[in-house]
Amino acid sequence: MALPIYASTGERIWYYTFRVICACIFIFLITPILIIIPLSFNVQPYFTFTEGMLKLDPEAYSLRWYADIFRNGMAAPDAVEGWWADMWQNAQWVRAMKNSFFIGFFATLLATGFGTLAAIGLSRSEMPYKGLIMSILISPMIVPLVITAAGMFYFYSQVGLSQTKMGIILAHAALGTPFVIITVTATLVGFDKSLVRASASLGANPVRTFWKVQMPLILPGVISGGLFAFITSFDEVVAVLFLASPEDRTIPRQMWSGIREQISPTILAVATILVIISIGLLTMVELLRRRSERLRGLTPG
Amino acid sequence: MKLKYILAGAASIAAISSASFAAEKITVVSWGGAYTKSQVEAYHKPYIAKTGNQIVSEDYNGGLAEIKAQVEAGNVTWDLVDVEYSDAVRGCDEGLLEPIDASILPAGADGTPATDDFIEGAITDCAVANIVWSTIFAYDTSKTSGVTGIADFFDLEKFPGKRGLRKNPKANLEMALMGDGVPAAEVYDMLSTDEGVDRAFAKLDSIKDSVVWWEAGAQPPQLLADGEVVMTTAYNGRIFNAAAGEGQPFEVNWDGQILDFDLWVIPKGAPNKETAMDFLVFSTETEQLANQASWIAYGPARKSSGSLVGLYSDGKTEMAQHMPTAADNLGNALVNDFEFWADNQDELNERFAAWLAQ
Amino acid sequence: MSDVSPTGPMLAADGTPLKKKLAQALFLSRVRAFGLVAPLLLFILASFIVPIMTLLWQGVHNNTYEKYMPQSTAVLAEWDAVSAPTEEMYAALVADLVTARETRDIGKVATRVNREKSGTRSLFTSSARSAAKMETPFREALIDKDEDWADIEVWQAMKIASLSLTPAFYAAAVDYTYNADGSFEPAEENRQIYVFLFLKTFAVSLAVTVCCFLLGYPVAYLLSTLPMRTSNLLMILVLLPFWTSLLVRTTAWIAMLQSQGVLNDIFVTIGLTSDDQRFSLIYNMTGTIIAMTHILLPFMILPLYSVMRGISPSYVRAAKSLGATNWTAFWRVYFPATIPGIGAGALLVFILSIGYYITPALVGGQDGQLISNFIADHMQKTLNWSLAAALGGLLLASVLILYWIYDKIVGIDNMKLG
Repeated sequence: MALPIYASTGERIWYYTFRVICACIFIFLITPILIIIPLSFNVQPYFTFTEGMLKLDPEAYSLRWYADIFRNGMAAPDAVEGWWADMWQNAQWVRAMKNSFFIGFFATLLATGFGTLAAIGLSRSEMPYKGLIMSILISPMIVPLVITAAGMFYFYSQVGLSQTKMGIILAHAALGTPFVIITVTATLVGFDKSLVRASASLGANPVRTFWKVQMPLILPGVISGGLFAFITSFDEVVAVLFLASPEDRTIPRQMWSGIREQISPTILAVATILVIISIGLLTMVELLRRRSERLRGLTPG
Repeated sequence: MKLKYILAGAASIAAISSASFAAEKITVVSWGGAYTKSQVEAYHKPYIAKTGNQIVSEDYNGGLAEIKAQVEAGNVTWDLVDVEYSDAVRGCDEGLLEPIDASILPAGADGTPATDDFIEGAITDCAVANIVWSTIFAYDTSKTSGVTGIADFFDLEKFPGKRGLRKNPKANLEMALMGDGVPAAEVYDMLSTDEGVDRAFAKLDSIKDSVVWWEAGAQPPQLLADGEVVMTTAYNGRIFNAAAGEGQPFEVNWDGQILDFDLWVIPKGAPNKETAMDFLVFSTETEQLANQASWIAYGPARKSSGSLVGLYSDGKTEMAQHMPTAADNLGNALVNDFEFWADNQDELNERFAAWLAQ
Repeated sequence: MSDVSPTGPMLAADGTPLKKKLAQALFLSRVRAFGLVAPLLLFILASFIVPIMTLLWQGVHNNTYEKYMPQSTAVLAEWDAVSAPTEEMYAALVADLVTARETRDIGKVATRVNREKSGTRSLFTSSARSAAKMETPFREALIDKDEDWADIEVWQAMKIASLSLTPAFYAAAVDYTYNADGSFEPAEENRQIYVFLFLKTFAVSLAVTVCCFLLGYPVAYLLSTLPMRTSNLLMILVLLPFWTSLLVRTTAWIAMLQSQGVLNDIFVTIGLTSDDQRFSLIYNMTGTIIAMTHILLPFMILPLYSVMRGISPSYVRAAKSLGATNWTAFWRVYFPATIPGIGAGALLVFILSIGYYITPALVGGQDGQLISNFIADHMQKTLNWSLAAALGGLLLASVLILYWIYDKIVGIDNMKLG
């Protein structure tokens, strides 16, 4: 919406004011996330820019907080030999990272598998009680997390799942499925049913049709649904607070106690790493979305 | 250095084969930070060296919720847990903890039988205390001086500035009354009456606008160091470590301190109960308790350990005077009354929350 | 074909009536569709719905007393809660105390009764210790042990605790107490907290929703009017926060807002305030609302954007060509068309912020105690699971009502992500 040449002065002023307002909002959105990146290289244990940092003095920057991620919790951080194994086994953040990926992977697998099947079923016109079932399946996204987590803590305790990785995986899978359903359903909306009929008329059985025709088309949706499910699990802290035993702590859980107890710049270093992971995931989802739209013959956008 | 390797090895094997429970591997759960470090140095390492058993050390934030969940699910993974007094008694009453037969505790190094050697109240049906800690108030000597006692903590005119308090009625109500001039011996009698509770809240109300609330033990030294508060209540060991370990100019004022125990308990159905019991007995021997005091300023629960308490791990600070149980520090000291809090915490927690939200 | 009478039903190739065959085929395809959904439905039921239901059941049902004090429960059921307790009641109590002490369940009972009347916990545990040695008459024996046993309020508390199916916890969750005679009365004034907390939670959610709307609307408008390429680029600025961990963003705000943080440093440098009078932007309501707005803003922008993209620019042009001023064209033509987007975004933000727990707990300080924090506290610290369940039930009910409205207005099938 470029400014037309016949615009009045008032319109011009408003046009630029509006742009400035929007720029401010964008700054509000993005600054907090970007600002932690330079701060995490601060040599001082402060959460603000020191004079040295502003003068771009290389001595004011350091990687000490990143080193701390790997050293924290190690039995012998200064040992020369065996430090790699020591770090891999004992460093708290490394352990949290392993837990996060382990739990995230299996939760994603469960959520994507169940969610994709259900989305295909839900998008069929003959599906009975569609509205009701859809609202049940989406509800994990809506119900306040603290209620979900408390309920799971109570119930899983009785069936022996609390304080286990299995319990957290189930919880995260349940929380991730709505995202899979939403994204896969969205790709199925533009799905041309005649393709299935064409495939059937050419002699393919339904299974073959599914794998050869339907799946390639909805695959981008499935993958981005899976990424959503993964990030949900990767981010989630309330269920972990209730269900995880100390040895099963994930990164967000470790950050939670870090922020509550002793907020050190190590947290900023971890946060920076997470921001980079988010950027990677976001890029993947965007590329997939475009690919999917191209495949389905929609205009890119 | 060698010990460190053994510990590292133990932990790595534990992590690799977390599913298999070797008979001689126990999971010991404690509060983390400097406190767990003191236990690792004074209890875990000598025990590992002596028996060859392995110890996996875990941190938690206190409370019975996890133990309760494990016991009720029949899926107990913790062998030994360091808990607060109130949780020890409550967990025992609710059948969440294994009973401990006090007769297996060895006599003190000087030959006193265990039941006499431990400070009164340190052995309960299901728990054995290892340390005595205390809630005190502290300040930064480079900014504040001339503090005489607990009354000054509540005196905003003489010492203007923010105060740090724990976001919990426990200890605050007692300190408020002592700050209002009630002698330690009468505090709980007074709190048992409605007037007493009103008086405590009124005293807290007088500084409410200047309070910064903390929740975790690591926060108060941080608040003092950042200059966010002028004075704060805190656990004495944390202030000591910041002062002696990091050279912060913090000073503890012992007037109106509130003493409490930390105790070992064994969750009901712990997977390695025998070994856990063995470790419990070992760690509460005179020598180990005395050694722990050189890593953190918490008093040993055995009287016979008192005379063995030596220097802080920096090799120069004499520990004895920093113990909550040192005679000089007991001038106006209160022992936390578990029964009072067990009976009244529901009501007082609600009232505290309502007061806080006003 | 000739032997088929013209009035008979049409038959399929295998001779069954076509209508029946069609019904069969339809039924089969319904079953097939349902079969695809069934695994997830079962999974969600087992891992999500059932846990919540069992928890909510605790809010109205707590059988601690009945389970461990069966004899006493039986006699209390017949008691009118007014007359003096009889010897039979004392005898049943002593018998139960002895067994509960042996099975080490007395603590659970004591905790349960203590919730109804403060101060009774030690009465139970200490009396249970000596109960085995007591002899008839038990009334005197118990009162001899502790004179509180003569207090009728203790017995009334026991009677309330002995009712397994009870409205007591829901009453407590709205600051009422449930009496032994079945009546309700407001809780003592200085203990009333939950209604206030619910209202505060709603107020905070409303404030966050309004902030999100005020910030989200212009951005969504700008994005929807820019050329696709530019708007896609700017969209990344909205989506990146959306994909960034909640805790990372909360940490970032702590770094920005704390008194030694970036913003305050800037304010001091430009002379807006002095070094010793830094603004307190965090650990209070301001910090909570800023951080929550930031976290929930993408949930407002995305639905608004997708609605605005669908509004043809010719509407506004038509209005203007008919003589409307810019403002009129916007307010009378464009804005009404965006209302579905506003409804969707606002409801989503409101629903999400009402159950918020992590951010208020970390940056809210004294003001950050919302209803979710109390539910977590009762689950994890005080172990009063029934009260947590009652509070959770009320919170869940309000969320479900909003969810239902959302479904009616927006339709959950129209939910979009990114």
